[in-house]
Amino acid sequence: MSSVDEAVRLHNAVVLLGSFPALAEASLVVKKGEIVLISGANGAGKTTLLRLCAGLVPLARGEATVLGFNLATQRKEAQAHVGMLGHANGLYLDLTAQENLQFWGAVVGASAQEIALSAQRMGLHTRLLGTTVAKMSAGQRRRTALAILIIRRASLWLLDEPHAGLDAAGRDEIDSILREATSAGATVIVASHELERAGALATRRIEVVGGAIVERGTQ
Amino acid sequence: MRQQSTSTMSVARAIATKDLRIEWRSKVLVNQVLPFAGIVMVLFAFALDNDGILQRVAPGLVWLAVLFSSLIIVQRTFAIESADNALDAIKVAGVSPAGVFLGKSVALVVQLLLFECVLVLLSLVLYQVHLSWGGAVLLVTVSFLANIGIAAMGALYGGLGAAAKGRETLLPLLLLPAVAPVLIAATRATESAFGVSGATLGEGWPWAALLAVFGALFGFGGTLAFGVLTEE
Repeated sequence: MSSVDEAVRLHNAVVLLGSFPALAEASLVVKKGEIVLISGANGAGKTTLLRLCAGLVPLARGEATVLGFNLATQRKEAQAHVGMLGHANGLYLDLTAQENLQFWGAVVGASAQEIALSAQRMGLHTRLLGTTVAKMSAGQRRRTALAILIIRRASLWLLDEPHAGLDAAGRDEIDSILREATSAGATVIVASHELERAGALATRRIEVVGGAIVERGTQ
Repeated sequence: MRQQSTSTMSVARAIATKDLRIEWRSKVLVNQVLPFAGIVMVLFAFALDNDGILQRVAPGLVWLAVLFSSLIIVQRTFAIESADNALDAIKVAGVSPAGVFLGKSVALVVQLLLFECVLVLLSLVLYQVHLSWGGAVLLVTVSFLANIGIAAMGALYGGLGAAAKGRETLLPLLLLPAVAPVLIAATRATESAFGVSGATLGEGWPWAALLAVFGALFGFGGTLAFGVLTEE
């Protein structure tokens, strides 16, 4: 497999949180267009793995390449192509859903039509769009954050428990969006405890055990 | 996949608009910062109400109240970024750090200007200082220029401390020494504007020019340094 086909390549990657090795010589190759499920116990290093791929934590040792960019030297360049949804939604609580979408639209250069389509896609109807995020339910906030992720149109989607707080329709919609994104050329890495749900979506599963990565095979 | 990136100025405009909209909606400046500054100024008046001392030190008191209150405003402007971890989202989006810095700085300048209008009016009443038309022009100029320096340093150190533990105590330790030159120049210029301590109006303008230099240096330096300092 050539590096052109790879979205992520980690080789003996070490990430330190203080002096604790949250990732300990982790090695992983993710091909473009894959949907990879990351499982593992709490504190195993799933979130750190996603944050490394997003360029949010520095690489202490080893090699890490994301979309062809070396994370040790080209972190900013890689980030321009990466979209991440973590435990938090990254929303402004005093703004309405519409204002949050408009802000991100302005920041990433999305058109009004793209913003409207992403809102519609995530079921953010007129009344909900005019609601301040602070007054929204957890599921509604998640939908808003996912609509922003759609606006980003990233090449690599990193999702930490994306189904959390969503109703059945919302979960189905996410699965459908992720499949669509991969068929459009994006790559998706999902960390989840909901193995049945996310496993049905994924093309491959890996497990993080004590900061190391163990292959669990294709789905 | 989206390939184009937005310009620094577009990012700055989006950040400034968003920050001012959030402030307009939350009313933290009006409901919390202004009452705090008002209480500080009244306490100064109680503590120094003796033989015209208040009139002589009024310029320094106004700017001290501005500096103390600016700590709350700066902390607030980065608290909205960390409340739901929007700062990480901004970093991951590869948004121009210079744009974020400029947007934050512009929003801070606007908030500080509105805030100082009230403080100056309060000082006219509480400290019984006189302000001529020429003094008012000088004071408006000084406030604008001083705010650029305070806002630039506030945005820089606020961003630096946003993800740090103990940021509430870190910010005053970093910001107050950095803006000390602004405090000195703004106080001297305001003495001229108020006509206290024997200062004439003409003596205030060189201080205003010095504030312009500080503003340019802090603004330019902050634009360059913000991305590097806030990366981790």
